[in-house]
Amino acid sequence: MANRYWNSLTTPLIGENPITLQILGICSALAVTTTLDTALIMSAAVTCVLALSGASVSMIRRYIPRSVRIIVQITIIASLVIIVDQVLKAFAFEMSLRLSVFVGLIVTNCIVLGRAEGFAMRHGVLTSALDGIGNGLGYSLILVLVGAIREFFGHGSLLGVQILWTTAQGGGFDPLQLMLLPPSAFFIIGGIIWLIRAKRPEQVDRSEFQVREQMQEERR
Amino acid sequence: MAENIIHENPIRTLLMLLGVAVVCALLVSVSAVKLRPHYVANLEAHRLAQLESILGALSGTAREVAAEDIESRVVELASGRYSDKIDAATFDARKVATDPDASVPIPSHRDIAGIKRRARHATVFLVRDANGGVDLIILPVRGSGYQSPLYGFLALAGDTSTVVALKFYEQGDTPGMGARIQDPSWEALWPGKQVYDDTGALRIGVARGKVTPGSIDADHMVDGISGATRTSQGVHGLLRFWLGDFGFGPYLERVRRGEG
Repeated sequence: MANRYWNSLTTPLIGENPITLQILGICSALAVTTTLDTALIMSAAVTCVLALSGASVSMIRRYIPRSVRIIVQITIIASLVIIVDQVLKAFAFEMSLRLSVFVGLIVTNCIVLGRAEGFAMRHGVLTSALDGIGNGLGYSLILVLVGAIREFFGHGSLLGVQILWTTAQGGGFDPLQLMLLPPSAFFIIGGIIWLIRAKRPEQVDRSEFQVREQMQEERR
Repeated sequence: MAENIIHENPIRTLLMLLGVAVVCALLVSVSAVKLRPHYVANLEAHRLAQLESILGALSGTAREVAAEDIESRVVELASGRYSDKIDAATFDARKVATDPDASVPIPSHRDIAGIKRRARHATVFLVRDANGGVDLIILPVRGSGYQSPLYGFLALAGDTSTVVALKFYEQGDTPGMGARIQDPSWEALWPGKQVYDDTGALRIGVARGKVTPGSIDADHMVDGISGATRTSQGVHGLLRFWLGDFGFGPYLERVRRGEG
């Protein structure tokens, strides 16, 4: 039993990571990772929403009419996101200004609805909560990695602490402007996916179409 | 493993939806009411920080402006006179803006800022030079952007024409588009612009597209933000409104006559 709980917490970290395997939640991963601190707060917000929405959907899963289940899930998720947004505005105001709309957009993050519909509807409350935390941590892992790389190479700092002095500050480091632009997050996430799949070939997608020659050969 | 114990039954479905909606609405309302004081306090601190940063941008003089050097006065907008009946410390501009007794409707053809009503009074912030003359005037301005109200401060030099800074401390327009009115690079376009031309006509504003260098507009207008025409024109409208006759026009006229 304990093992099952442990699994639902740890498999989403790398084995079934929502970003690198399922390629979900990419939008926010691009938008909030220019610095490490925004990535951390966003990760915490998404993890909270995932855990709470998993638990609450699971709690009432036997009473949710099938025909309107998506509406019920979205209502719960949206309410949680509004509350998280209000907590940020009350206790981390500067951060909420920097994250701007992206906290509100957690509602449309496919990871959250995906876990509610795909997992919490069929599992117990504790398992669903742990699955939510696990997926949140898997998401956080990638966000923090991307945020750290982008802040380090884009600003020469980590969490706002200067590590490499930039040429503008009289040091010898010339910041990579590209790192502050959204495409760099695509490149970094692409690189991470490539590394994971090189280590774990079972994650490589089967090609949807075969090359024509092979098909003809098979037909013969 | 989880077979639905509810059979599809329209009444039960509706009841279930109603239940979820009520519980969610309750949670959201409670958190909104409980957290609102924190949010308002944060917003006020942010407004003060903006006020201080606008003072930091004070051009021409090297001296530091400390918060205690700022004089806040309440102005009656229609006459442009200082009102001694209202204490600037307790005057809540946000509250009176929609109060029917303390505000007046703006005729629609004159409402270029898109705010419908304006308060009868407004707080201005002044910094005086050593001789008691007005060195810096900070005016609160507000208007409508693309999808949100815009709140900011306009700082003018003592001549009431030279812009020292324009900063928005609250807006909710599209990040990367309209929200760029808060970008330091766009804010940097404002200092030095002239509100009036030589004849005294109001010329300040935001161009549609780029300002032609060397044209007469180059002294008065800044480049619009591409992709955010509505926000840019919102800023244009609010400047023309608040500097015009229905805004701080009468007050600035008095300052020019040395009655500030």
